Amino acid sequence: MLRTLWANRSKFPLHIIVFLAPAVIIYSTFMIYPLIDSLRLSLYAPDDNQQEVFVGLDNYQKLTTDDLWQPRLEGAIKNNIKFFAIHMLVQNPIGLLLAALLSSQFIRGRAIYRTVIFTPTVLSVVLIGFIWRMILSPLWGISADVIDFINANIIDNLNTLGFGIDAIENQPWLGLENTALPTLALISVWQWIGIPMMLFLAALISIPDELIEAARVDGATAWGVFWRIKFRLILPTVGIVGVLTFVGNFNAFDLIYTTQRATAGPNYSTDILGTFFYRTFFGIQLTPGNPTMGATIAGVMFLIILAGVLLYMFGWQRRILQVEY
Amino acid sequence: MTAIRQLRPAQTIQLVIAHLVLLAYTALAMFPIILIVINSVKSKRAIFTTPYAMPNSNTWDPIGYETVWDRASFPSYFQNSIIVTLASLLLIMLAGSMAAWALAEYRFPGNAIMGLYLALGIMIPIRLGTVSILRLVVDLHLVGTLYALILVYTASGLPLAVFILTNFMKQVPRDLKDAARVDGASEYRIYLMILPLVRPALGTVMVFNMIPIWNDLWFPLILAPSEKSKTVTLGAQSFLGQFVNDWNAVLASLSLAMIPMVILYIIFSRQLIRGLTAGAVK
Amino acid sequence: MKKVLGVALVLTLILALAPASTEAQEKVTLTIESWRNDDLTIWQDILIPAFNAAHPDIEVVFQPTAPTEYNGALRAKLEGGTAGDLITCRPFDESLNLFQSGHLVSLNELAGMENFSDVAKSAWITDDGSDVFCVPMASVIHGFLYNKTIFDELGLTEPTTETEFLALLEAVKADGLYAPLVMGTVDQWEAATMGYQNIGPNYWLGEEGRLGLIAGTHKYNEGGFLGAFEALARWQPYLPDGYQAISYPDAQNLFALGMGAVYPAGSWDISTFNPQIDFEMGAFKPPLPEGSENCYISDHVDIAMGVNANTPHMDEALIFMEWLTTAEFAGLYSNQLPGFFSLANHSIMLEDPVAQQFLDWRNECESTIRSAYQILSRGEPNNEQDLWLYSAEVLNGNLTPQEAADKVQEGLEAWYEPQQ
Repeated sequence: MLRTLWANRSKFPLHIIVFLAPAVIIYSTFMIYPLIDSLRLSLYAPDDNQQEVFVGLDNYQKLTTDDLWQPRLEGAIKNNIKFFAIHMLVQNPIGLLLAALLSSQFIRGRAIYRTVIFTPTVLSVVLIGFIWRMILSPLWGISADVIDFINANIIDNLNTLGFGIDAIENQPWLGLENTALPTLALISVWQWIGIPMMLFLAALISIPDELIEAARVDGATAWGVFWRIKFRLILPTVGIVGVLTFVGNFNAFDLIYTTQRATAGPNYSTDILGTFFYRTFFGIQLTPGNPTMGATIAGVMFLIILAGVLLYMFGWQRRILQVEY
Repeated sequence: MTAIRQLRPAQTIQLVIAHLVLLAYTALAMFPIILIVINSVKSKRAIFTTPYAMPNSNTWDPIGYETVWDRASFPSYFQNSIIVTLASLLLIMLAGSMAAWALAEYRFPGNAIMGLYLALGIMIPIRLGTVSILRLVVDLHLVGTLYALILVYTASGLPLAVFILTNFMKQVPRDLKDAARVDGASEYRIYLMILPLVRPALGTVMVFNMIPIWNDLWFPLILAPSEKSKTVTLGAQSFLGQFVNDWNAVLASLSLAMIPMVILYIIFSRQLIRGLTAGAVK
Repeated sequence: MKKVLGVALVLTLILALAPASTEAQEKVTLTIESWRNDDLTIWQDILIPAFNAAHPDIEVVFQPTAPTEYNGALRAKLEGGTAGDLITCRPFDESLNLFQSGHLVSLNELAGMENFSDVAKSAWITDDGSDVFCVPMASVIHGFLYNKTIFDELGLTEPTTETEFLALLEAVKADGLYAPLVMGTVDQWEAATMGYQNIGPNYWLGEEGRLGLIAGTHKYNEGGFLGAFEALARWQPYLPDGYQAISYPDAQNLFALGMGAVYPAGSWDISTFNPQIDFEMGAFKPPLPEGSENCYISDHVDIAMGVNANTPHMDEALIFMEWLTTAEFAGLYSNQLPGFFSLANHSIMLEDPVAQQFLDWRNECESTIRSAYQILSRGEPNNEQDLWLYSAEVLNGNLTPQEAADKVQEGLEAWYEPQQ
């Protein structure tokens, strides 16, 4: 018994090692080592001679209590939460709506809709940032025209039907403190909506017909079928979409960097953790970069993302599994 | 069978509303892109005075494309992007599927920990390690080469690949593998035999990695910024930064960077979408 | 006389170095790191060929990065050992930091450095004055550009005082067809650089005020520095619609397309506008506050070049550096990039009338540099960054001039001892 186990042990590892080696080596060298090395930096600070010396958790304390750092950190976290909330409230419900419509077999041209709506997702954030910056630029005036069009054709018509909707007023959307962040979040939603749409679609079309037919026979409306049957069955996907959105949003950087620069203006109103990290780590204009504080911000980002993912794994996923079985 | 059913009037209204919603969203998705493309071939004045008009003989002016052609080498950018993206995808799928196979198939001490270790990278942005990556790449004499990019993208793509592929490989029926083992096939042969069975998952992995790799700006900027190793995204970005107040050139370069991607996407959208919706067996 | 000396110096240099460079058989390539991506074509087509006329064996590649990415990308590349051989230097601390971390070499011994005055070198020298580490290339001067066609159409003339300036803007606004003052605040830096630092020196009396801040005798929230914030706030009604979202390139386009009358400028804008505009452009100095007689201009040391300490081609890099000190380079650079004014002592004639006008102000007014650049941006919060932010907030109407000035002062007091 012992001998066979031993034989197995010595026989087992070789091909397991062969299978694991390429991934583990590349991943450890180019991802884990640099990340740990960078996190290590967050425990160091430059002394008077610009030598990095070990300071323990001082940087973290500075970041969370110092008058200069704390408001920026708090601002970035709050903005990041808003950014995430807008994705959750706009991107994912609309993605679900589109997926629900596209999963219906009565809709013709589903493939075309699906292909077209997914298009922005394949484009680079750099391009998207530039495109929207141009479209929203007061210089070009596209947003003013579009808003006039909506006011004249949609809101007026709804109002003649008895709705009392105020006309929308054009704003310098990316230039005002209260509109810049929501505008950027909506641009991001516009780009990424294809992902939740596809994930929901995949989940919806994998629901067995029999379940839905059975419900129909019981006299349920389409609305009822959707919420009572389909939605419950795709709850795991809802969770995955939620956690993907969370991780994506708390890593976000490119879009805000492309449109608002690392200053994340106006008045830091679009500053999220990614831009805060970049600004601190590399510096801008006259502010020299501060690698150790940058690494500290990276450490905080890591903790936030880790907390979110753990919450998902142990809170949501477990509850869903209990519902399923 | 369900599709042939006769529609009631209420359902017709529902159908009309559904189409309206989809059409509205389609318009929203395409409007900015179309606007950029049609204005890219117009004269500067026409861009500002008649942005919604299709270009005509009076407003036609490809000056933006001439500027791009003279001042940037997009063909070489495309070549670099294609090499980096394909090589990274190949490595991710190969190394990822091998590791996933080991994790899915064999019980060995530390399996769970190894799985967790490899999954760790799903949630950490690799950018946080930029400076260390650069130092490492310098030590390996890989600076300014496409190898540096390929290795970094492979490392950052592996965690999700391993995660997805492990889940799929666990679902491969036991009998198949056992039958092969009875026939005396080596573990490596069995792995090769299983690979085609998880094609949909490989498709998903490819789709999830392809777009971020192609579109990444950060690592090309830091690791391979020279003219000969520039990727499309970096090329477009530095060109845009350079000609930022020249709207003709900006619109032209945006269109140039976008159009091939859109065409490729349209050609491969079936495969791509099948990859994304993999697992939805129907 | 100086010119002759300069030329003689160059000739001796070339003669002295000629044998060395012919001995080196293989071609050496030097790469220039820069944020001046607008200058790419001028380097490729004019400057590098001019250098190669004397040094055909040294190939030079100009490799710019976008201005916003330059500092970050350069630092990463220097630390990783992938940076180019020649480094374009930002003024003051950014470059001083690079020198102190050993990324730049000292250029004290470089032949030709005597062509630069102490003021010119002030931005690229250690605090104790012992080491110069970049060859000064150019300064930029602030002022206002205007559209002569619109001025003629509305019967306007160049203002000299702030009252006249505001009356002029009011007249353009009343006409309603054009944006009176073309500037946006979304990128923030224009508000501070083209706004506050443009008109400010007239209020804080140039160097007197700037050195007073450093010595701790002047404060941002009183006297001229507060006055400049108040003057800036008076611009608000005349900015274009949606100025809060207008970026720097947007503003450039607005003016170049003839949609705006006056453009608060840095002299570097001249070379951007020249090929784009179909109207005649004029320039006027920052208007004087009521009761002032003397004018002050921001003549800011902006750009220089140093040598990467890790370059494998140190000798060739130094040859290039020496070329940068020559009258040939000064003349070429100033004329090819109207609005970048050589800092060397060679006398240069500018072909561009508007650029020449800016340059003439050096003789009419007292020169100073931007208030936050020297020493004051060393601590946290960064003084220059604060000026960007709070100047934009004043123009956006979110802060009164007094509130903004108090915040800037508070930030400086937080770490700068002479102000405490």
